[in-house]
Amino acid sequence: MRNKSKTTAFMGLFTALALILAYVEVLLPPLFASLPGIKMGLPNIILVFLLYRRSACSAIVVSLLRIALVTMLFGNVMALLYSLAGGILSLVVMILLRRWNVLSTVGVSVAGGVAHNVGQILMAMLLLETAELGFYLVVLTVAGTLAGVFVGLCGSALIRKIPANFLFLDK
Amino acid sequence: MMKQKNVNKRHLRNDILLIIVLLLVAATGAAYLFLFRGFGDVVKVTVDGELYGVYSLSQDRTEDISTGEDGRQLNRLVIREGKAFIQTATCPDGICAAHRAIFRNGESIVCLPHGVVVTVTTAQTQGEPDVVV
Ligand SMILES: [Zn+2]
Repeated sequence: MRNKSKTTAFMGLFTALALILAYVEVLLPPLFASLPGIKMGLPNIILVFLLYRRSACSAIVVSLLRIALVTMLFGNVMALLYSLAGGILSLVVMILLRRWNVLSTVGVSVAGGVAHNVGQILMAMLLLETAELGFYLVVLTVAGTLAGVFVGLCGSALIRKIPANFLFLDK
Repeated sequence: MMKQKNVNKRHLRNDILLIIVLLLVAATGAAYLFLFRGFGDVVKVTVDGELYGVYSLSQDRTEDISTGEDGRQLNRLVIREGKAFIQTATCPDGICAAHRAIFRNGESIVCLPHGVVVTVTTAQTQGEPDVVV
């Protein structure tokens, strides 16, 4: 049943959804006035959903496409590096934890949220050549945990409510 | 069905454990930063990893940190009553200027667009000869 154009349409749709959520996030007031790029991680709702209902591969594709599109739209190489560091680390952690199967969607997304922030801080330490960002790590661990709970609850609601034959979910 | 329920229960327990561990790690970090490192007496300013200046926290002052190729990127660092903050900045996000005043050892304000890092530290650790106090 699965064919190329279906997959392309599916990826396009979910990338668009992730982009919209990223835009909504920009409109919301920042959770903590700290480092730029450190946000709720609303697009992560889409990634969690894909991870559980389709495949790790589709989550990776949508995540990278979204980061690439945001960079093309708002063009900022610095921001790209932060997004990539956070996005890749977070996805790797979530994919591994999903495989390991010891946490629910909420736990997986909490770990992903914290990993996202830690990835960005590590990139900031690297780019600014400073190790003195410990305070941010503390704030962002808490922020990532809280955001992860919210994202995980949204994600698991989607996973439960959306039927298996919706769009091309069943491949 | 019964088995699935047990798995869910176990997952929920692990979720809660994970959250508690993360919050504990953060609390330990906060305790370390706030309780054991004490207060700093100087702020060190670096731009893209290079030392820009070191300023005493005990003396009120205003310092315009100019960066960028033509020096037109500005962050106005203000030291007042033993605390340091960025009063105004020309960066696009303004996050550094929104940051509250810092005074505890190890606290920092970062302006990513300008590559500016302001960190509270102690004078003993800053022995460079070009120190501005
Ligand atoms: Zn700034």
